[in-house]
Order: sequence, then C-alpha cells, then structure tokens
Amino acid sequence: MKSSVIVFPGSNCDRDVAVALEKFQIKSQMVWHNETNLPKSDLVVLPGGFSYGDYLRTGCIASKSKIIDDIIKHANNGGLVLGICNGFQILIETGLLPGVLLRNKKLRFISKNVFLKVENTQNRFCTNYKKKNIIELIIAHNEGNYFASSKTLENLEEKKLIAFKYCDKNGNVNEKSNPNGSSNNIAGILNNKKNILGLMPHPERLIDPILSGSDGSIMFESLTKLN
Amino acid sequence: MKISAIVTLKKDVLDPQGKVVNQTLKNMGYNNIIDVRQGKYFEIELNESNKEKAKKIVEDICKKLLTNSIIEDYKINI
Repeated sequence: MKSSVIVFPGSNCDRDVAVALEKFQIKSQMVWHNETNLPKSDLVVLPGGFSYGDYLRTGCIASKSKIIDDIIKHANNGGLVLGICNGFQILIETGLLPGVLLRNKKLRFISKNVFLKVENTQNRFCTNYKKKNIIELIIAHNEGNYFASSKTLENLEEKKLIAFKYCDKNGNVNEKSNPNGSSNNIAGILNNKKNILGLMPHPERLIDPILSGSDGSIMFESLTKLN
Repeated sequence: MKISAIVTLKKDVLDPQGKVVNQTLKNMGYNNIIDVRQGKYFEIELNESNKEKAKKIVEDICKKLLTNSIIEDYKINI
C-alpha cells in the first residue's frame, strides 16, 4: 500500500504520520503542496499543524493549494483520504466533508487525552475497532468545535457517517464528555462513500504503548488489513 | 444607535495575512488583484441618540481599546 503525506507551510505532524504509516508497512512519501501531480497513492494523508498560520480561517488557504485539485480527483475516484486535525479542517474547507470547525466552546487551546466511541466500523479506516470501540486518543486544537446545520447533522447520524464521538471512559456520550462543544459530540466524520475520514484527534501519536498508547495503531492496522 | 468601526493595519505595517490572501487569489487565477489588506470590523450598538455624542464615544473606544495607534488606523461609519 502506498500513501502520500501532503506537506503545507506550517504542517507539523507530517513526520509523525509518516513514521506511523511506515511502522505499519504503508509506504509513504512527502508531497509538497505546490506540486500539481499527486504521485500514485492508495491513501492521501493531510497532516495536523497550522498550515499558513491559520490565516483567514483554519485550513482555508491550504484548501486552495495546487495539489488539492488532484486530491479531489483522487477522492472522487474512490481513493482513501485521511485528514487529521488541521487536515480535517482543510478537508472541510475543500468541501470534501460537510460542516465547519469553530473555535472551541471555551475559547481555549485544548491538549489532552480524550475517550472516543467508534460509531462506525464499516469503513476502511476503522474495521479493526470492532475489537475495541471505546478508545483513548490525544486532541490538540483550538478550532475543533464541529458545527453543521441540523439537516446535515441528521444526515450524518442517519447514514452513520459519524466515525468518532467524544465520550467518557465508560462510553457515555454526553455534554460532560464533550471537550470542545462539538455538535452531537462529533470528533470525526466520513463522506457518503466512506473513503474520506476527517478527525480532530491524533491517531498517529498513539502507535507505541511504551511512549503513549496503542489505540491509534488500530486505525493503521485497519488500513493495511484490507489491502 | 448603531455605529461601525473598521480597524486596519497602517499602510506601512506589514500585513502577512493580507499578503497570503493576495497570493492565494493570484494562484486561483484572479490576475487583476493589486493588493489585499486584512482588518477587523466592529458593530457597536449604543444607547445614545445624538449622532455627534455617539461618534465621540466610539472614537474614544477605538483609541482606548480597539486599536493600537502605533500600528493600526480606524474608520468610523455612522
């Protein structure tokens, strides 16, 4: 399996993601945002960071990069796209995923471990979460407060396009377990065809039990499994 | 009464956000853009019916809170 990690000015989780991909035998190459041709890839990763210093709106300027046209083509052809944190914000700005990510409800940057409930395991990113559907990942963001019209939210719920919801360690999804004010406790969503996943938590930071944890590994294992 | 105030960086102060927006617009094919400057827009609702008095209050607000006079200018619209 081959992957491309797109690097924007201000990306800072690009190397972490590449290390995670390599650990699970997914070949990765860094692709600079100014390239016009996406190398042949099964998976495109938009990494976390602060592309263009979050100017104008988070992810906005990056979503107009030269490489984006090819990424949209790749996605429309059914190719896998994973957007983590700032990558999720970029996916939202390109229109590949619906809704918007507002500033956290309490207007603070949040960096901490959170529990997540895996709501959909019928997709290429989450298959292996069948064995463990309450997981612990790290969030580190200022704009992660997912917001969408009630119609969009209904559609996401109905079609089971919500991949992850914030919960407590027992799996209770409620206001208390919502760190940033996201509608319906949403932490990550899929597109209709389920080949695009955007999420605020960082799976690439939990791939080693000695350093942090291993709940992120399960996502990378899922990606390799079906290939 | 509603008064709006626009705060922008002074002409000679570097505006990196405006520059990036300008460059992005050019990349998107808008070749006739000369320059973009980014600023802040405030809508202030006051309990004051006298135009002159209201304007004075907002001017005061702009000087004391909304701008840093070293780098920023403001414009008031009634």
